Amino acid sequence: MQAFTTVSGIVAPLDRADVDTDQIIPKQYLKTIARTGLKEGLFADWRQQSDGTPNPDFFSNQSRYQEASILLTRDNFGCGSSREHAPWALLDYGIRSILAPSFADIFYNNCFQNGILPVVLTAQEIQTIFDRVLSKETYQITVDLPEQVVLLPEGERYAFTVDSFRKDCMVKGLDGIGLTLKHESAISDYETRRSQEAPWLFQNSTT
Amino acid sequence: MGSQTLFEKIWNQHVVREEPDGTTLLYIDRHLVHEVTSPQAFEGLRLAGRTPRRAGAALAVPDHNVPTTDRKQGISDPMSALQISTLENNCAEFGISYFGMEDIRQGIVHVIGPEQGLTLPGMTIVCGDSHTSTHGAFGALAFGIGTSEVEHVLATQCLVQKRPKTMEIRVEGTLPDYCSPKDVILAIIGRIGIGGGIGQVVEYTGSVIRSFSMEGRMTLCNMSIEAGARAGLVSPDEKTVAYVKGRPLTPKGEMFEQASQAWLDLKTDQGATFDNLVELRGENIPPQVTWGTNPGMVTDVNGTVPNPADIADEKLRLATQRALDYMGLQPGIPVCDIQLDRVFIGSCTNSRIEDLRVAAKYVQGKRVSGKVKAMVVPGSGLVKQQAEEEGLDRVFRAAGFEWREPGCSMCLAMNADVLTPGERCASTSNRNFEGRQGKGGRTHLVSPAMAAAAAVAGHFVDIRDWA
Ligand code: SF4
Repeated sequence: MQAFTTVSGIVAPLDRADVDTDQIIPKQYLKTIARTGLKEGLFADWRQQSDGTPNPDFFSNQSRYQEASILLTRDNFGCGSSREHAPWALLDYGIRSILAPSFADIFYNNCFQNGILPVVLTAQEIQTIFDRVLSKETYQITVDLPEQVVLLPEGERYAFTVDSFRKDCMVKGLDGIGLTLKHESAISDYETRRSQEAPWLFQNSTT
Repeated sequence: MGSQTLFEKIWNQHVVREEPDGTTLLYIDRHLVHEVTSPQAFEGLRLAGRTPRRAGAALAVPDHNVPTTDRKQGISDPMSALQISTLENNCAEFGISYFGMEDIRQGIVHVIGPEQGLTLPGMTIVCGDSHTSTHGAFGALAFGIGTSEVEHVLATQCLVQKRPKTMEIRVEGTLPDYCSPKDVILAIIGRIGIGGGIGQVVEYTGSVIRSFSMEGRMTLCNMSIEAGARAGLVSPDEKTVAYVKGRPLTPKGEMFEQASQAWLDLKTDQGATFDNLVELRGENIPPQVTWGTNPGMVTDVNGTVPNPADIADEKLRLATQRALDYMGLQPGIPVCDIQLDRVFIGSCTNSRIEDLRVAAKYVQGKRVSGKVKAMVVPGSGLVKQQAEEEGLDRVFRAAGFEWREPGCSMCLAMNADVLTPGERCASTSNRNFEGRQGKGGRTHLVSPAMAAAAAVAGHFVDIRDWA
């Protein structure tokens, strides 16, 4: 996984609450067996108008947001389907951090698996950033994971919380499976104990 | 140990180790796998030179992409065909049980787990699919994961987790006639909102929940994710034990007796506390219909579509207007005036035998409206077989429904079953997001009874006074 320490970049605004993963990447892009090349599908149905021409109101069609690496949005971002294709598509597009007042659980978790940092700020802080982004072209901010703070060019510092284990994995770009496998003997001990307490849990799925 | 909730009991039984900050290595008993969210996980294993820790804990089935028409024709879409053959090859390579498209046991992953007896009370169950919450109906801690975690579970049989919060949703009283578990869960989502359960595991309690059959509890728990919850649970009781008994993968003989004792002990202790409590009365839940573009945009069948002009909050007003624009609905119109083009009875929410029986009752001896195209997609090959033995297929066909092969079908429209732009569908599935059933398609979520009656009438009807 790509490590994440500090990301400074242009902020792209997506002013909607409850953005579901069916919108982030519609189903027709889920037939792939790869995890790359998914930016084609990012917000595919919102990027276009019904006649197939680009939707001029959507951030990805506006030149000022072309180089965006930070996505700014509203509550419950990433709800719905568990598809990890959603963070894959965002990453493929160049998004490294997402700021919102809240995230759906599975999406939030999937971001950490892919080196994208989801940051929860208060609704008021999010609103302030929206106001600045809309009033100033190429508005840039910095997301600092080690310090757990979002830095605005005007000087505000918005602190955020993040789980310490997740933070550590992100900052170092660690392989989560490798970490778990270090506890192999604990897993084996657990299996031995449980297969005596509750042997029915260890029946094979072959009939 | 003091009083514990059902969730805490299952959680504590699955802790392999816990760090001082609460980071927990949680053991996973069962892993369901489907074709869409697994190829990259198997590829990851291969690249790292890893193998599954317990291949026998997993079961794989193709469901999202499969055609629901004649299987002998194969799959016309080469991308779908590749995804399914990739799953089959991965399962062969890594020694995982696989129910192929021609297997009578094939079906929607959340239908076949319980059907095979793979889903047992007290288990931890995961799948790269958000509706894994379905299995919580058995008192199993079941939740959806992403593809990276699919790989993690394959390699280690564990997940790294932090203990979620808990919520009790208590539904007391009795449900009016003609109302179903689908109406209850839609009403719950309408009440707490689609983000209302974020970060929490819900336990459903109360007399209304107890009265539900196992299949009803599956419908209920299935849509926990639509309320944003991590998982939903119903504590096991005699109904649970009776349902589980005798299935191909359930324990047999003395082990079954031992297991059922343990299962019946899995309940929230007196005095245990939840972080949050939501209470509803069954009497107050009429049939529900969604009008908007998320499952929380829902109202009573005898209600009206909201009028944005009446909404004071600006954000809510804009969101409502946007949803009505997408749905092509006039503000304030009665739900029963909404005219339909399509009806879909299926999905992991409502495609089990009881769902099909209820729907057939409303269709028996009637004809689908001339302007409606209606289809029934059973949840599994075994559900289909059972329905055919009961003659339900003939009831549906005689009324003008199409009777299809099992799969996810038009719940997410990844195969050929798709709404065309502007088409309006009454659907027994779980998501009415924009484009979910096809780009520009308009979805109204309802119960099987409501969908069946709507197919006949050509518009929504209040089934309480419809015969
Ligand atoms: S039926 Fe729908 S919700 Fe259920 S697993 Fe299939 S696509 Fe997902």
